[in-house]
Amino acid sequence: MTNRDWKNGGPEMDRRGALECMVWAGTGMLWALSGGLPSSISIGEAKAAELAKGAFTFLQISDSHVGFDKPANPNALGTLQEAIAKINAMPVKPSFMIHTGDITHLSTDKQFDDAAQVIGSTGLPVFYVPGEHDVIDEGLGKSYLARYGKGSSGSGWNSFDQNGVHFIGLVNVMNLKAGGLGNLGEEQLAWLETDVKALSASTPIVIFAHVPLWTVYPEWGWGTEDGARALSLVKRFGSVTVLNGHIHQIMQKVEGNVSFHTARSTAFPQPEPGKAPSPGPMKVPAEELRKFLGITEVDFIKVNQPLAIVDKTLADA
Amino acid sequence: MSNVSKEAPITGAAGGRGILSHVGAFLVLLAFALLAFAHLSNATESDVVPAAAPTDGKTVEVAISNFTFTPNELTIGPGTTVKWVNHDDIPHLVAEKALAFKSQALDTNDSFSFTFTKPGDVEYFCVLHPHMIGKITVKAGGA
Repeated sequence: MTNRDWKNGGPEMDRRGALECMVWAGTGMLWALSGGLPSSISIGEAKAAELAKGAFTFLQISDSHVGFDKPANPNALGTLQEAIAKINAMPVKPSFMIHTGDITHLSTDKQFDDAAQVIGSTGLPVFYVPGEHDVIDEGLGKSYLARYGKGSSGSGWNSFDQNGVHFIGLVNVMNLKAGGLGNLGEEQLAWLETDVKALSASTPIVIFAHVPLWTVYPEWGWGTEDGARALSLVKRFGSVTVLNGHIHQIMQKVEGNVSFHTARSTAFPQPEPGKAPSPGPMKVPAEELRKFLGITEVDFIKVNQPLAIVDKTLADA
Repeated sequence: MSNVSKEAPITGAAGGRGILSHVGAFLVLLAFALLAFAHLSNATESDVVPAAAPTDGKTVEVAISNFTFTPNELTIGPGTTVKWVNHDDIPHLVAEKALAFKSQALDTNDSFSFTFTKPGDVEYFCVLHPHMIGKITVKAGGA
């Protein structure tokens, strides 16, 4: 399935090229291996074999920062449009999308409107969680909640079920404390505990939130204070996938039954942890920019197996 | 830092005005605390700080760049205005630790000013990037 997309987009890309892409993109293959599958080709085979059993695909987009116009990307709305055009060109549409926050850069009405118009062109259901850039309106999150809060609790957290997978959207960008990291808070943790209580341990869980739930680099605030408490509430489940944004680059790790993954931005890259004076936007040569931006496709292969996650840059034709 | 030390003797003089001005300052601060924080959060670049504060008119700048407040710790006399200027390509939002004051989101080159009237330590942070913290020490009689 993942081969399909690269082939589709680029007739000049031969099979070797496609496989290199997969290796480079990483997680699809890495996670298949962690699930005991031998190679990227096997991912495709597993996928094909499972499709009949109702396997499905969803997409993650993140950090579109609509309104950002600084040197690192003078037109963030434009690169979001490019990302969405790629999604619209897919021969088989994903079931839905999740957006892991920083939809806008400054939470203005215009930025929210522009984002909604572009993302809405997919016609797909989209599930959102806010990033810190989405809650800096005068009401500190009121605009976001008015637009995306329907059916959610608290500052926007929510859950839903799709094809037997339980999806949980968490909010870790509100009520942040001086000197701290991302924060979920007691109310949300109590909600989470109740939310998963009745689920059987074999239910695959996908948790998505803006700031990484695991500590990536606390010096830059890349982590969530009480993320470990959230993860302890889903410890008993056989398959947990955690999808985050915020750091504008791919990071991943597997810990027991939990697979962690962060997505690229569709707007601008950020430096690797500690490799720059600050986590601010990283300026790369204009012709290189699209190699640093991208979307993430998640193929749900089989219950109790890790999900296959494949990241694609906007440069992947 | 050189700016600050130059201003210290002046703010020191302002601090020696006598008990009445201190009482006045306290009342102003109280009223200000009760009524005016909402307005303060609207303060942007050109907004004037509360006029009744016993300010000596001095403004000290704190630069926000590379996700850091510089100078990170600052000692000022009462009545000094601190102006935070964002030099990053990412917005920041300056707020007192318990949100006693709070700026709007400051985009690139936006600034926020606040006049400190009451002696004491004020810890502040960026609401968006809470690992960014800074401290202002307001000392009667100057820095």
